[in-house]
Amino acid sequence: MAYRILEKEEIAPSVHKMVIVAPDVAKAAKAGQFIILRIDERGERVPLTIADFERETGTVTVIFQEMGKTTKQLAKLSAGDSLEDFVGPLGTPADVRKLGTVILVGGGVGVAPIYPQAKAYVNAGNRVISIIGARNKDLLILEEEMKKASSELYIATDDGSKGHHGFVTDIMKKILDSGEKVARVVIIGPPIMMKVGAGVASPYDVEILVSLNSIMVDGTGMCGGCRVTVGGETKFTCVDGPEFDARKVDFVQLMNRLAMYRGEEAKAVEKYEEECRCGLH
Amino acid sequence: MQELHGEKPGKAKKERTPMPEQPAEERRKNFNEVALGYTKEDALAEASRCLSCKDPKCVEGCPVNVDIPGFIKLVCEENFEGAIEKIKATNALPAICGRVCPQETQCEALCVLGKKGQPVAIGRLERFCADYEREKGVKSPEVMPPTGKKVAVVGSGPAGLTAAADLAKLGHKVTIFESLHKAGGVLSYGIPEFRLPKEIVRQEVEYIKKLGVEVKPNYIIGRIKTLDELCDEFDAVFLGTGAGLPNFMGIEGENLNGVYSANEFLTRVNLMKAYDPEYDTKVRQGKHVVVVGGGNVAMDSARSALRLGADEVSIVYRRGEDEMPARREEIEHAKEEGITFRLLTNPVRILGDEKFNVTGVECIKMELGEPDKSGRRSPVPVEGSEFVVPADVVVIAIGTSPNPIIFKGSEGLEQNKKGTVVADEETGATSKCGVFAGGDVVTGAATVISAMGAGKKAAKAIDEYLKEK
Repeated sequence: MAYRILEKEEIAPSVHKMVIVAPDVAKAAKAGQFIILRIDERGERVPLTIADFERETGTVTVIFQEMGKTTKQLAKLSAGDSLEDFVGPLGTPADVRKLGTVILVGGGVGVAPIYPQAKAYVNAGNRVISIIGARNKDLLILEEEMKKASSELYIATDDGSKGHHGFVTDIMKKILDSGEKVARVVIIGPPIMMKVGAGVASPYDVEILVSLNSIMVDGTGMCGGCRVTVGGETKFTCVDGPEFDARKVDFVQLMNRLAMYRGEEAKAVEKYEEECRCGLH
Repeated sequence: MQELHGEKPGKAKKERTPMPEQPAEERRKNFNEVALGYTKEDALAEASRCLSCKDPKCVEGCPVNVDIPGFIKLVCEENFEGAIEKIKATNALPAICGRVCPQETQCEALCVLGKKGQPVAIGRLERFCADYEREKGVKSPEVMPPTGKKVAVVGSGPAGLTAAADLAKLGHKVTIFESLHKAGGVLSYGIPEFRLPKEIVRQEVEYIKKLGVEVKPNYIIGRIKTLDELCDEFDAVFLGTGAGLPNFMGIEGENLNGVYSANEFLTRVNLMKAYDPEYDTKVRQGKHVVVVGGGNVAMDSARSALRLGADEVSIVYRRGEDEMPARREEIEHAKEEGITFRLLTNPVRILGDEKFNVTGVECIKMELGEPDKSGRRSPVPVEGSEFVVPADVVVIAIGTSPNPIIFKGSEGLEQNKKGTVVADEETGATSKCGVFAGGDVVTGAATVISAMGAGKKAAKAIDEYLKEK
C-alpha cells in the first residue's frame, strides 16, 4: 500500500507543504488530530499534525520543517512520489464548540495545526482572533489562508520584518488586557513558546490549551514514549492529547524528553548529508 | 513402521533429543535465532519416542487440539508433508507455535513420558514440520465455496490471524484491520527476532492471505471507523486487539529519558529494527540496563538490551525465581547469556541527572510473606535495605492492558474494570450482537497459543452465528 503525494511546495525556506492522497484518513480527520508517516521500509514513524484535509478529494495536507534526517529526506520527495505508510487520524480531536471569542496563537510551523482549528472554530460560530508569527517574514507561513479563516489576524516577527516587532504572545497579552471577553486561548508552536505563552496567559480568567508534539512510535497508546506529566499525572500525548490544559503541563519535562535522541539525530543528519553529497540519494 | 519407531514402546528413551542452539557466547552478540531447529535425523529420533497413546492427553493440553500423535506418527514415516497438513488442520500458525508456545505447561506437561523421564519434544517437532514445509514451498490451502458473508477481524495478532484463517477456510470473506504498518501484532512488534524471526511471521501472514483474507494495515478502528460502523458493514466482527497498553509503576523518575516501557523498547528494536544501522529508528543503547519484571517480555527486553551492546543487564523482580511467570527455557537462556537476576528486589524510584537522563534505580530488598489470593507468597519490603543499581537504560516490563481506542465512539460492549472485554469463554460472544472477542483483549496479557485458541473457538461460533443469521 502506498500513499501518493499529490502536491509538494516549499512554502518558506526549509518549510514544506505536502498534499497526500489518503481517503480513509481524510474522511475521518478532525481539527487537532495528527498522522504518522513512514517514507520507506527503513524509515522511522514520524508524527505530523494535520494542516488541512479535504474529504471530497480524499487528501490530507501536512506541513513540516526540515529538522532531522527524515524530514530532510521527506523534503526531497516530489509530487508523484509515494510514501510507504500514512496512518491516522490520531489523537483526540480539538474540543471545538461555540464559546464566544477564541484566540489562536501559532508560532513557526505551529501555524500549520492552527489553520484547521481556525476554520473549525469559525464554523462552530466563534469569533476567532488569530495571531501568527515567525522569526522573520520569510519564515511566516499560511498568512493568506489564516486571513481568510479568521475573524481577525495579527502578525508578529522576531526581527520586525513584518507586523509586530516581537513575540506573538505580546499581542495576545494586549488583547487579554483590553478587557475583551475571551473564552479560550489555543497556543501551538515550539515548546518554549508554548511555555512562555502559557505563563503570560495564566493570570487571566481564560482557558489555555496547548498542542504537544512529543516523540512517539505508534501513536495509539502502545509505546508510552510520548508520556508527559499533566497536573501531576502521567498522560500519553497520542491518545490523551495532543491538546492539554497549558496551566497543568510540565513543560520542562516535555522539553527534556524532546531532547532524548538529539545526539543520535545529529549523527544521522550528518551521515545522510554526507551520503547526499556522494550522490547516494 | 515398528522398525522406524526403533525401540519398542515402553522402552522409549528417557532423554529427549537436544535442540541445536547458537552457543551463548556467540548469540549474545547477534539477533539471529537462538534455537536452530531439528535436523531430519533429530526429528526422526525424537518422533520415535512417542508412544502413540490410545487416549492422548497431550491433545487435551493443546488449546487448539492439534492431533499430536497423528502428526508425530507421520513424522516417523518420514511423511513430513502429511505431518504438516495434519497440524495445519487445526493450527494455522505452526512455525510460530513451534517456537513460542509454552509447551512445557500445555501438551508436553501431559505427555505420559514426562512421568518417568522427559516428555516428547512436541513443540520442536511441530517447528521441524513447519520449517520443512516452508523450505519446500507452502501449498495453497483448500477453501470452501464462498458463503457471501463478510467478517471484519480487528487486529492481526495471533487471535485475529487464527480467527481469520478459520473463517476464510469456511468460505467467509474476511478483512483484517491492523493499526500498525505491519501485520502480526505482538508477533511483529513484541517477540524478538532471536526467538521468532520476522520472516517467519511474514510467511505465516502470506499463508493467511492465500486463503483469501484481505489485510488492511494502517487502519485504526476507533479512529478511521468506529466499531458500530464495522457492525453495519460486516455480518460479524471479531475483536483480537490484544493488550497493547503498557503499565507503569507510578514511581518517581519514571518519565526520565532512558526509561522505556517494554512495549516501546521492543517495538523500536523488533518492528522498527533499531538494532540495524541501516534503519532510521533509534533506541538508546545502554551500558547498564535494568529490566523490571519477571515475565517473558522482561526476558525478551533483557536479552535484546544485551544484544544491543550493553555491558551489564539485570532483571529486577520482586518475587523469587520460582514465582517468575516467564518460561523456564527463557529464564535459562537469559542466564546462559549472562543476564544478572536480582530477585526479591523491587524498584522504589528511578534516579536521574541534571540533564534528565536516568542514572540508576533505587531498589529495596523484599522477603516472601504469606500467600496471597493467587496462592503465591506475596513479597514484603525489608526495611532499610535500599540500594542503588546504576543504569542508563531502564525497561519497565510489568504487564499491559487492553488498548481503549477500539471502544471509542461505540456503544453496548461490556467491559470489566481492568478494561478487558467481557466475552463468553466458549464462543467469544460479547454483549454486542454480532461482535465476538478473544485473546488478550478478553483475558489480559497471556500467551500466543491461548489467543489462538480463543480465535479458533470464536471462528466456530461466528460461523454458526452466520448460518443462523
